[in-house]
Amino acid sequence: MALAASNIRTQDIAHDEQQDYLWTLNFGPQHPATHTTLRIVMKLDGERVVDAMPDIGYLHSGFEKIGESLDYNQYVTVTDRMNYISPMANNVAWHTAVERLLGIDITPRCKYIRTIICELARISDHLLCNGAVGLDSGAFTFFLYAFNKREDIYDIFETLCGARFTNSYTRTGGLSQDITPLVIEKIRKFIQTFPKVLEDMERLVNRNRIFVDRTKGVGILTREEALSRSATGPIARASGITRDLRKDEPYLAYADFDFTVPCSKVGDCFARYLVRQAEMRESLKIITQALENIPAGPINVTPAERTTLPSKKMVYMTIEGTINHFELAMTNRGFETPHEESYSAIEAPNGELGFYLVGNGTDVAYRARCRPPSFIHFAMFPHLIRGHTLSDVVAVLGSLNIIAAELDR
Amino acid sequence: MAVASPETLRALELSIGSLVQSEFRGQTRVVVPRESLADVFTTLRDKRGFDQLVDVTCVDYLNYRDAEHRFGLVYLLTSVASNERVTLRVYLDEPDLTVTSATGWWEGANWMEREVWDMFGITFAGHPDHRRILCPEEFTAHPLRKDYPLQGRGERHNFPVLTRNQA
Repeated sequence: MALAASNIRTQDIAHDEQQDYLWTLNFGPQHPATHTTLRIVMKLDGERVVDAMPDIGYLHSGFEKIGESLDYNQYVTVTDRMNYISPMANNVAWHTAVERLLGIDITPRCKYIRTIICELARISDHLLCNGAVGLDSGAFTFFLYAFNKREDIYDIFETLCGARFTNSYTRTGGLSQDITPLVIEKIRKFIQTFPKVLEDMERLVNRNRIFVDRTKGVGILTREEALSRSATGPIARASGITRDLRKDEPYLAYADFDFTVPCSKVGDCFARYLVRQAEMRESLKIITQALENIPAGPINVTPAERTTLPSKKMVYMTIEGTINHFELAMTNRGFETPHEESYSAIEAPNGELGFYLVGNGTDVAYRARCRPPSFIHFAMFPHLIRGHTLSDVVAVLGSLNIIAAELDR
Repeated sequence: MAVASPETLRALELSIGSLVQSEFRGQTRVVVPRESLADVFTTLRDKRGFDQLVDVTCVDYLNYRDAEHRFGLVYLLTSVASNERVTLRVYLDEPDLTVTSATGWWEGANWMEREVWDMFGITFAGHPDHRRILCPEEFTAHPLRKDYPLQGRGERHNFPVLTRNQA
């Protein structure tokens, strides 16, 4: 079990050599509690973690390099595979960035639908994250309650776009298909049934001795550290940073809705759990407001913008439609981008998910940088776990919501 | 996207000297000479309250139209209190690809700069843990550079071969 981490430099080798009773434990890359493929080499003093050295890159598949050869609509399939717990949010983040680079203003109906799916993705992500924290600290029933509800969200997504897991729902300047009455019906049913599940979940663990003991006071992140270490999203808000891009830089239709941003000052795993639970309630509020007020009209920008494929009716009935379709579908013909660079971020479930895009005139990005929240949050893991026991590793890891596919890209 | 305030730009002008500034889709970009990067970090963090480093990334401008430099380093900074954003750009040319590490100002820069080193081969002076992060240690190339070949046998001939006895 004790493996020497030869290629991993310890921060204080000289210090460690004196204390030869320290031993090294290899956690991962394939461990049930890492949930995905990541490795941590820990120096242990008995059960106490003296130092932790994350070793990542096991899932590195060159997503940013792929972004330099796939066009703006094709790359959305790759963003699905980054944070595969909430692919819809990644889709929206990607196309928000592309539309900013191109200077496209999407239609109100598209904005509302994107807001709804973003919030459903947030609920799905938080359910998994909190469920996994529960699972790792012994609350198996809690996890099943969460997963059962995620299944409903997958069902909604399947009805909406035909795919449960890798949705690829957005397109530059619009969506792949419009929302149908059946989807709206399913979301309404979800809105009705979900609050009860949330209450049940909270009743299961909020005052559960085992869960509270294992999460309260564990992995404390202060406000200053959270700022300095670039924490965003629920992790930053659990540490007292009142920043939410939905409020601070309103994108999509968020300015239209009434919702609050739950925060905590404590900054431990339990606070992160509570913030996520509260955020799900707020998401539900947003969905309720958005669903009853979806504006009528087209989901795609007008064909004159020459970014979205015209409808089949237009393609077959009008010469302009045929030409537009031809121009967009042919290689080397697609839409034109400025020779410029832009950064655009959305409040993804995990934190600020941004894309830094460099356009070079063609419909393929010259550089497609992704700012992955998991990567930035995992960097503070050694700091959070130092001094805690080995059993706290899973609680901290779970509450940071590390998705290795997004971590390594 | 929140633009940088005029006061921030004035503070930047004071620390750089001449300000090369541009704006695109509500995003303020400032070109910073490599030598004054440390001054700019101090000015922005301590005087203008830019308390969060959102991202550090790099663009390889090989074959890019009208590009004068090979690499463009990008720092995205934000101020949580005043909800301001500013983008710093540092242009670098071979052979000297060394810049001051931002880890002294924002600890979050640690892994971001390691990724830039891994992918582009830009070294950060004063970085506490200057290692590759995504690629294995034995890797010799910097894969996000534009001259990295997209076809061929890859890097596998560079990897050491371990037999069962050695492992």
